[in-house]
Amino acid sequence: MIRTISLLVENNPGVLARISGLFSGKFYNMESLTVGVTNDPTVSRITIICDNTDKEFEQVKKQLNRLVDVIKVTDLSNLKSIKKELALIKVSIKKEHRGDIFNLAAVYHCDIIDVGGNSMLLQICDKYDRVNDLIRLLSDYNIVEIARSGIVAMEGCAK
Amino acid sequence: MAVTGARLFTKALAAEGVEIIFAYPGGYAIQLFDELYKQSEVKLVLPRHEQALVHEADGYARSTGKVGVCLVTSGPGATNTVTGLATANFDSVPIVCFTGQVPIQQIGNDAFQEADVIGITNSIVKHNFIVSERKDLGRIIKEAFHIARSGRPGVVVVDLPVNVVKELGDDTYPAQVKIRGYKPNEKGHKYQIRKACDELLAAKKPVFLIGGGVNNNEAGGSFTELVAVLNVPVISSLLGIGAVPCDNENYVGMLGMHGCFAANKAVCDCDLLFAIGTRFNDRITGQVDGFAKNARIVHIDIDPAAISRNITVDLPIVGDTANVIQEMRRQLEELTEKINEAAPVHKEWLGQVMKWKEENPIVVVESKKLLSPMKVIRQISDIFPDAIITTDVGQHQMWTAQFGMFRSPRSLLTSGGLGTMGFGLPSAIGAQLGNPEKRVVNISGDGGFQMNSQELATAVVEGLPLVICVFNNNYLGMVRQWQGLFYDKRYSGTCLRRRKGCPLRCNWPDENCPEYSPNFVKLAEAYGAAGLRVMKDEDIAPALLRAKEETGRPTLIEFMIEREFNVFPMVPSGGNISDMLLEEGMAAKEGGAQA
Repeated sequence: MIRTISLLVENNPGVLARISGLFSGKFYNMESLTVGVTNDPTVSRITIICDNTDKEFEQVKKQLNRLVDVIKVTDLSNLKSIKKELALIKVSIKKEHRGDIFNLAAVYHCDIIDVGGNSMLLQICDKYDRVNDLIRLLSDYNIVEIARSGIVAMEGCAK
Repeated sequence: MAVTGARLFTKALAAEGVEIIFAYPGGYAIQLFDELYKQSEVKLVLPRHEQALVHEADGYARSTGKVGVCLVTSGPGATNTVTGLATANFDSVPIVCFTGQVPIQQIGNDAFQEADVIGITNSIVKHNFIVSERKDLGRIIKEAFHIARSGRPGVVVVDLPVNVVKELGDDTYPAQVKIRGYKPNEKGHKYQIRKACDELLAAKKPVFLIGGGVNNNEAGGSFTELVAVLNVPVISSLLGIGAVPCDNENYVGMLGMHGCFAANKAVCDCDLLFAIGTRFNDRITGQVDGFAKNARIVHIDIDPAAISRNITVDLPIVGDTANVIQEMRRQLEELTEKINEAAPVHKEWLGQVMKWKEENPIVVVESKKLLSPMKVIRQISDIFPDAIITTDVGQHQMWTAQFGMFRSPRSLLTSGGLGTMGFGLPSAIGAQLGNPEKRVVNISGDGGFQMNSQELATAVVEGLPLVICVFNNNYLGMVRQWQGLFYDKRYSGTCLRRRKGCPLRCNWPDENCPEYSPNFVKLAEAYGAAGLRVMKDEDIAPALLRAKEETGRPTLIEFMIEREFNVFPMVPSGGNISDMLLEEGMAAKEGGAQA
């Protein structure tokens, strides 16, 4: 099952190595990992997407909690949370097919942020599945490069 | 007042109550050594190798309960500590290890004796720090000691770049620590404890399983008193041995791969397994599906990650074992009626388990030509009844666990989790330095002893009256045992008498085998220790008594034991712990041989 964990960690060098080392050393699956500083400059937020069984995931959370540099572990898997990913996709395309791409971009609410003689660069910021869908549709054309940010996530606002 | 980092370092050690630092110098540790020279509170012990250095701090810590403190230089000094650090951390031993480091400005340049100590040790320590600024030095040392000794104890590495050590700065050492990401849960949940007590008294066939978490004076002593009012059998893991005296009337023995029949049988048959301070390692559970399969499982541990990791637990209690046991005792006082009600049922069950123990004892096997290792261990226990015993890893370790008579917590020091050969002699040195009033006996095999035999020098220069018993069967015995049982006697790479000129394939040890190297007696003498060799039964006790008379130097006794003796009972790796090979000749189950 796909899970989302949000970690608040000390903003120290080496923290990322501890966390990625934990996953590789214990053979835990990891689909994506993002890091960025929070409003408190001494604290960073790390968002991890992983695919684990229930039993394994319990261990993942406990092992993360054991790390001294980890301040808080939040499991967003079952909470109402917002998860977004940004992707840059460059497609090589003949001029006569540009219209197709504009149409797709409109459907997926993504921006065309650069256009060249025979290529176009799209930017999408959306849910993980929507990003995947767009990439699948674009693969009918010639995708030259993809850069994905990995997922960032946050619990929704209390209503 | 402005002082160097090195000066603050020695001040911090004194403030932490450090008595001994196990230290090996080098280019990037020299300023720290200079400060150690100027003070007199902390004694400096110079081992002969950094791996052994950590084992010495480990033996000191395991036997005293205090934090073991290490200091090594950068690069090879630090990398040599890796096995020692992993050994200690695996068995939850509190260690703070300071490593020298090249100046911050040079890190990453492949400078002379540079190694990424933080990267290398990340996965084998509880925590590590690099002190990148002088202003953080005091706080980090304070945190290091706090993290090492609190919660589930473990190893903390503090990497000290030389520029920080030299730099002038504040001389204050903080009194308090505050780490927002580290708050171990020391007290168990009262309501959970109450439920556990109720389950214990309602069970018909309960069993206590105790591990290393109970093997200290507070928890072990308190637990022994708890057991005195209950008729519940007590089974221990390797690291739990000694927490309850081996001659306690409720004590059954060790369980697991080389556990005794009654212990393994009781765990298989029990309806409540009450585990305290153990990790359910695969060496005790065997195949997990068959482990205590009819039992409810209560598990008390300080480490939440140990709960339901290997075995699914029905009732978890996270807390310090000593605190939880104390609370259990308090609550049981209110449950006297229920205890009395349970007594007849529990007595019958305890009687059943003890009957199994009586009918299937671990047996001293008589030797034919050389010595029986079991007999030697029995005599060691008789002649040194209150000794601290340390071991290496392998057959002699299991025989010591089976046949040694341990009557107090912290009296058996052995590498349980990592299973590190070369642990025995250095840990004995650490234990003797921490317990000058006690006798310390090291039982090693001829293989493991050679992994750190250079520490004879340390023992001699420190004037330690260690009793070093080398069980020599000329083989790496435990692996040879597996080869004998599961690999059709293909003794590949396990014969220590093998030399150039031996037949390509050989599994028939006899008196024509080449001479053993080294000569352990001469080796001991070369270092300035006493050396003895024992080949006959009647010489065992006199040799031990001679060693007992020594007060200022170690004695090495080489016991020539039967070359092909095996450790029984044995549960083939990956098997069910109810399927034990009890003695020589019982066929090994097909597919049983896995690591």
